[in-house]
Amino acid sequence: MPLKRLVTLMFILVGCGPGSTKEKGLALHAPEPRETIESGALSIPVYDFDGLEPLLHLEDGDTYIVNFWATWCAPCVKELPYMEQIQSDYKDRGLQVLLVSLDMPRMWDSHLVPFVKERNLKSHVVVLDDPSQNTWIPLVDQDWSGAIPATLIYNREKRMFFEEAFSYERLNEVLSNFNL
Amino acid sequence: MMNTRIISLSLFLVVLFTAFSLNREVALEGYGIGDYAADFSLKNIDGKMVSLADYKEARGFLVIFTCNTCPYAVAYEDRIIALDKKYRDQGVPVIAINPNNPSVQPGDSFAKMQQRAKAKGFPFPYLLDEGQKVYPRYGATRTPHVFLLEKTGRGNLVRYIGTIDDNYQDAGAVKTRYVEDAVDAMLGGVQIPVETTRAIGCSIKV
Repeated sequence: MPLKRLVTLMFILVGCGPGSTKEKGLALHAPEPRETIESGALSIPVYDFDGLEPLLHLEDGDTYIVNFWATWCAPCVKELPYMEQIQSDYKDRGLQVLLVSLDMPRMWDSHLVPFVKERNLKSHVVVLDDPSQNTWIPLVDQDWSGAIPATLIYNREKRMFFEEAFSYERLNEVLSNFNL
Repeated sequence: MMNTRIISLSLFLVVLFTAFSLNREVALEGYGIGDYAADFSLKNIDGKMVSLADYKEARGFLVIFTCNTCPYAVAYEDRIIALDKKYRDQGVPVIAINPNNPSVQPGDSFAKMQQRAKAKGFPFPYLLDEGQKVYPRYGATRTPHVFLLEKTGRGNLVRYIGTIDDNYQDAGAVKTRYVEDAVDAMLGGVQIPVETTRAIGCSIKV
């Protein structure tokens, strides 16, 4: 029965997908980085888009805030404390924050590392370094023009994208859509 | 008789309302390919007002929303200068516009624009979008953001919207020159291969 075989095959494929994993947490899911920025105890993984993409589609039941930012982006820096705050407020309710830095390579040691250290950022910080932006921007969200700050919020059931700078209140309001 | 009047009035209102809604939508979303771009009159760093209509001989324009302070804009400065040098003589000059509000982003003040233009030797006009009125009409969302316009009998037709090329970091590693491909196709009268592209950029500061 070709149909039966197809259905079986689909089950196998789905079973092997990311949805089957029982582990939780960005660190556990983290794909192998292209390189790593090391400075003392701090270690920041660097991905191209293919490397980062699995972190935009985790299906472990948690809700993920993926914030695209850079140290040189003033409105991004302004909203970072709200991202940190919300992470801490909701940490027992299955919310995780991933801060995707778009700092350019020459800024990693001079700007990014000191920034992450000084702010003592608790959220998971990674670098996305992939010049083929016209290819990957629409894969994050079809409506994203490419301006930052930009934030993707998703879980197994829902996915929302925001090309805007958040206030803490607005972030809270948006999260009310996610059954936390 | 009365009924006819009421129906006519209602119809008129419906049409008026629809027209209003459509206009509003266009204003919010900015231009798409095939729209006609409005002209403007903005102050250049030399103090003179500049409009597209001033360029009687132009065949089109590269209207580029850019600024002093965005690292992506800075990374593209030399390439914007090169675009102007290449295409001005072919009738498609660069018109650079700083859309940022200097009271929010002091590094993009008029005086700072003058300094930057002098230091880099900008060969093109560098205009300040005073009151931030022009960029929303175009639908620019970030810097740098390029709009290629073709001058036609009916107005300035939007032909390409997006980024300059496919590698902001390294001009030497660029594979596709979106803007050059678009201008060449426009001037050659053939189909523009890629009409819209996206790139990371700094949000416009208002």
